[in-house]
Amino acid sequence: MSKQDPFTIEQFYKFVAQGKLMAGKCKKCGKIHLPPRPLCDKCYNQDFAWIPIPKNGKLVSYTVIHIAPPQFQEEAPYAIGIIQFENGLKLPGMITDIPHDQLQMGMDLKVDFTARNNTQSWPQWPRYCFKPM
Amino acid sequence: MNGKPIVSIISAGLSKFGKNEGLYSRELFAEAAKEAFDRCPKLEPKRDIKAMFVGHMGESYEHQGHMGATTADWTGLLNIPAIRTEAACASSGAALRAGVYAVLSGLVDIVLVGGVEKMTHRSTKEVTEYLAMASDYPFEQWHGITFPGLYALMATAHMHKYGTTEAQMAQVAVKNHHHGTLNPKAHLQKEITIEKALASRTVATPLKVFDCSLITDGASCVVLSKPELASKFTDQPIHIIGTGQASDTIGLYERETLTSLKAAKIAAKTAYNMAKVSPEEVDLAEVHDCFTIAELIAYEDLGFCSPGESGKLAENGETCLGARLPVNASGGLKSKGHPVGATGTAQAYEIYLQLTGQAEQRQVKNACIGLTHNVGGSGATATVHIYRRPQE
Repeated sequence: MSKQDPFTIEQFYKFVAQGKLMAGKCKKCGKIHLPPRPLCDKCYNQDFAWIPIPKNGKLVSYTVIHIAPPQFQEEAPYAIGIIQFENGLKLPGMITDIPHDQLQMGMDLKVDFTARNNTQSWPQWPRYCFKPM
Repeated sequence: MNGKPIVSIISAGLSKFGKNEGLYSRELFAEAAKEAFDRCPKLEPKRDIKAMFVGHMGESYEHQGHMGATTADWTGLLNIPAIRTEAACASSGAALRAGVYAVLSGLVDIVLVGGVEKMTHRSTKEVTEYLAMASDYPFEQWHGITFPGLYALMATAHMHKYGTTEAQMAQVAVKNHHHGTLNPKAHLQKEITIEKALASRTVATPLKVFDCSLITDGASCVVLSKPELASKFTDQPIHIIGTGQASDTIGLYERETLTSLKAAKIAAKTAYNMAKVSPEEVDLAEVHDCFTIAELIAYEDLGFCSPGESGKLAENGETCLGARLPVNASGGLKSKGHPVGATGTAQAYEIYLQLTGQAEQRQVKNACIGLTHNVGGSGATATVHIYRRPQE
């Protein structure tokens, strides 16, 4: 990856499209930002390095959404969870490939990059989701 | 001895909350403002009101932004400085806070603060989409997380950590629906039972329809004055003696905990310190029960009980009218309704009625100190205000 890749949400999703989850690490104070951001909120530094996020993590909370916004109508009911990666960082996302009554706090999940439909004009971001190990 | 008055409320108004078919936001706001003007005959709005701050969350509902100037015009206050404040469901809590800044600055003595939202003409799907805009777009909305979904994630975590039950959450709904039956301006005047609440349709597990507040049309306002001038306008001013506001990450997932709102805790601490009031001294509170779990978390964040004890507080009926600490005597967002932009100052309106002894059937006896707690989004904004009846 080139040094010029900006530390933005847009760039985060460009990596997702390549099957990678990446965070920005501040070169001055060492804080890891997920999502990446162009200005370190801890020390105001603007110099970062990309670091890969571990693909495995644990479920810290979940819900099954029955009433969905229009663009997710066809998928409802669907499971949503917050996953905490092995390095402590967290991300929310859809949980697939598991019966909803088998969801459990603390269960191991892995990130998956299966392509999903996107009919919107903006944004053109891909989606990641979480699956059981 | 409690803290000294920061600003005084000299009047307040509230539109009927509910399905106000055919009424546009500015018209609802005019209804609330008229009540406030009528309550305070010595106030000459055109002469005395020098600025307006109006909470309004979404342009999407009516294709209408720029709500400050619009509502100023429709309340006969054209040409005064008027701005909209937006902090999701805490938009008018933020308007109240902005009014406090304005009066304290010394630039203006009397301001009208309020809020409005017109929602019921939209489908539930559309409202779900608009409300989600208060959350993080790239990492929450983009992945299908709804607003109830965020509070459901908090509920799942609270249940797991503390053993809080769905029945305890339902108890909050039963209480607030009961209180709503005593409020003629509430959206719903309908008792419900725990069984009915638990059997209602799932929205986002573990939250069901009766765990969710209502999609409502409504407007609210209060008139703030420099404390030294309050007695010129009314014999019954209510003083704001503490104000706190704080922010947090827009994304729920980024926070250290899912079982508490840090912004609410900071706002509460700031307000309590300023007011020189402890949680035990609060006689009644209007808290942000957008979902039943939110009211339980509010008990803990406001220091009404220890972390993890809120379910028991609800179960034991300690926050019902007639009990030690009535919470949401108005019916709350759950039964009075939640026109999002109007909620913060609707809470202030209720405290104003209660502390001036005008709450009729739902009057909390001898209420002296009241508190409001207004939360935006999943907790990225919180405002807390503490109010006191003048001491004799």
